Amino acid sequence: MKKYVLKRLLIAVVTLFLITLILFVMEKAMPGSPFNDEKMSHAQVAALYRKYGLDGPIWLQFFNYLKNMITGDFGVSYTVQVNTPVTTMIFQHFKISLQIGLQATILGSIIGFFMGVLAAVKKGTIWDNLMTGISVLGISLPNFVVALIISLIFSYKLMVLPGTYQQTQPFVSSILPTIALSTFTMASIERYVRNDMITIMDSDYYRLADSKGIKKYQLIMHHVIRNTLISVITVLAPLMIDLIAGSMVIEKAFAIPGLGTLYISAIQANDYNVVLGITFFYAVLFIGIMLVVDILYGLIDPRIRLDEGE
Amino acid sequence: MTETVLEIKNLQVEYHTEHGDVQAVRGINYKVNKGETVALVGESGCGKSASVKPIMGEKEANQVIKSGEINFTYQTENGQKTVDLLKISPKEVQSQIKGKEIAMVFQDPMTSLDPTMKIEKQIAEAVKASSPQINKEQLNKRVLELIETVGIQNADVVKKQYPHQLSGGMRQRIVIAIALSGNPSLLICDEPTTGLDVTIQAKILNLIKDIQKSRKLSVIFITHNLGVVANIATNVNVMYAGKIVETGTTEDIFFDPRHPYTWGLLESVPDVNEAVKELPTIAGTIPDLTQPVVGDAFAPRNKYALNIDFKEQPPMFEVNDHHYAATWLLDKRAPKVEIPTVLKRRIEKMKKEAEADGE
Ligand SMILES: Nc1ncnc2c1ncn2[C@@H]1O[C@H](COP(=O)(O)OP(=O)(O)O)[C@@H](O)[C@H]1O
Ligand SMILES: [Mg+2]
Repeated sequence: MKKYVLKRLLIAVVTLFLITLILFVMEKAMPGSPFNDEKMSHAQVAALYRKYGLDGPIWLQFFNYLKNMITGDFGVSYTVQVNTPVTTMIFQHFKISLQIGLQATILGSIIGFFMGVLAAVKKGTIWDNLMTGISVLGISLPNFVVALIISLIFSYKLMVLPGTYQQTQPFVSSILPTIALSTFTMASIERYVRNDMITIMDSDYYRLADSKGIKKYQLIMHHVIRNTLISVITVLAPLMIDLIAGSMVIEKAFAIPGLGTLYISAIQANDYNVVLGITFFYAVLFIGIMLVVDILYGLIDPRIRLDEGE
Repeated sequence: MTETVLEIKNLQVEYHTEHGDVQAVRGINYKVNKGETVALVGESGCGKSASVKPIMGEKEANQVIKSGEINFTYQTENGQKTVDLLKISPKEVQSQIKGKEIAMVFQDPMTSLDPTMKIEKQIAEAVKASSPQINKEQLNKRVLELIETVGIQNADVVKKQYPHQLSGGMRQRIVIAIALSGNPSLLICDEPTTGLDVTIQAKILNLIKDIQKSRKLSVIFITHNLGVVANIATNVNVMYAGKIVETGTTEDIFFDPRHPYTWGLLESVPDVNEAVKELPTIAGTIPDLTQPVVGDAFAPRNKYALNIDFKEQPPMFEVNDHHYAATWLLDKRAPKVEIPTVLKRRIEKMKKEAEADGE
């Protein structure tokens, strides 16, 4: 297990380094400058370049940047919020994305889970078909359509929930975006849980457990749901990453000042530090969550936990 | 006086599929007496598993039991009781029969244990199903006892392990321990050694035999390898395409086989004394059971088949009062057909060996 964790950690670090390198190079190769204000003279622009260390050789720039990043310094914004530290900006905006993303993950996975269990246990009945119908809808409807529909109903028709983000009521204004964001997760989890449970209920170990003469609910809880829960973590993680990263579409639809919104503004303004900072942050987030999931999975699944060596 | 534990009457099982209804079991009859081991032998796909699943109340979504009775007799506090397992409710099967009176050992020990649950927990679960009142201390003791019963030395270590840490043979022992945990009177073994190495096969076979003797269990033993049953079975039912084509005591089947299909099965048993050469297998394959079978299902593969074998289902001809075979060759009007000479020689040899052993 120790070896397993170490290996995962090493892979994570290498991946992160490579991602940063690639992004840095790509960013540099792109046309456009952060200081393309027509009122500035060449001399003024050159001075700004010098000030931010953008005039040295590219490897030195990268090296400096990497060094700063390791110490948690992503530099300051050049254009979007001039001279504000990128870290501060990221955390300000991420807080909102994280809240809505977590809420959507929890809502979607809990409802999806129960729907999946219902569909699997009642396989082939009207319940199964109903759950399948709902999840097909959830997977195929783009979430901005869901966003439109629910804001039309709850915000414009019934007027019970705000259709745009209000700083003064962070929770109430997060309800509609949470629902819109959760439908895909809900549908995916429903599909996964249903299919995984059906596979297990067709397995040899289910047959053996059933032959012991234990009660049906015990059979389902101990042998089916337990094993499904273990594997559902692996599908949940990538879904969760998508949600907490801040859905650009949903943030736009509900005017949420989240990380996705910031990312778009920074890209449009060629604000290198902010773009690179957010991308690096995303990479850390993705890799971090996958790492935690891998380790968690290793802890839960005895087949990995107990495999010494290798 | 022989007591009948299980009596199967005219059992017919079908599976609905897109390609039609598979007639997996086409009306079979047999009895299992107390303390007897009855073998069900036939090639893969002959309906052996399909014929025992209804005994355990195993219901696949596309399975249809067209007809039949499965009368099971067992002891209760109020004396002996006989029930038709096809008539009583699934709840009753679960609470009274499964794991308590009838237990099962499955084919593939590599996949039949829950991969994420400790061995002791998987056994304890079975013990608790049959004795819900048991306290923790007794439960622990019982689990250890069961692990030792199946010939595992370091029970303390093994009980704390997960299935993937054990070899196939060990896993099958655990599966047997689980089967024994409710003190069943009938044990169904569905190809219990098929997935194992040859050396391990013999050990597991001996274990089942020992347990059967010491606990006076009745056993239904399923295999596609007739060689396996010689040492373990009291009676043998040879199955082909969903029907029993020959039934008799083990001696009847091994020393005086009558159905050409049984001859084929016997010929394909490896002979330890002869140099290893290409084993003869029965030419052809089992018929498509979605189509109605006319005559003897084996006729197209049977070089001794008579015209009538293709037209009319042969009845069970009596050879003696415990030996029957469904082949028109036994009709008194049929021409005399000798059994293949190679097989004849082998039988003579086996008989001599058996006599020598007996002395
Ligand atoms: N669940 C099922 N659905 C459809 N056909 C099945 C099913 N189970 C078994 N069969 C068919 O029934 C026949 C008998 O199968 P089975 O009893 O498993 O054979 P055996 O145990 O003798 O190898 C085969 O033709 C098999 O394909
Ligand atoms: Mg089988």
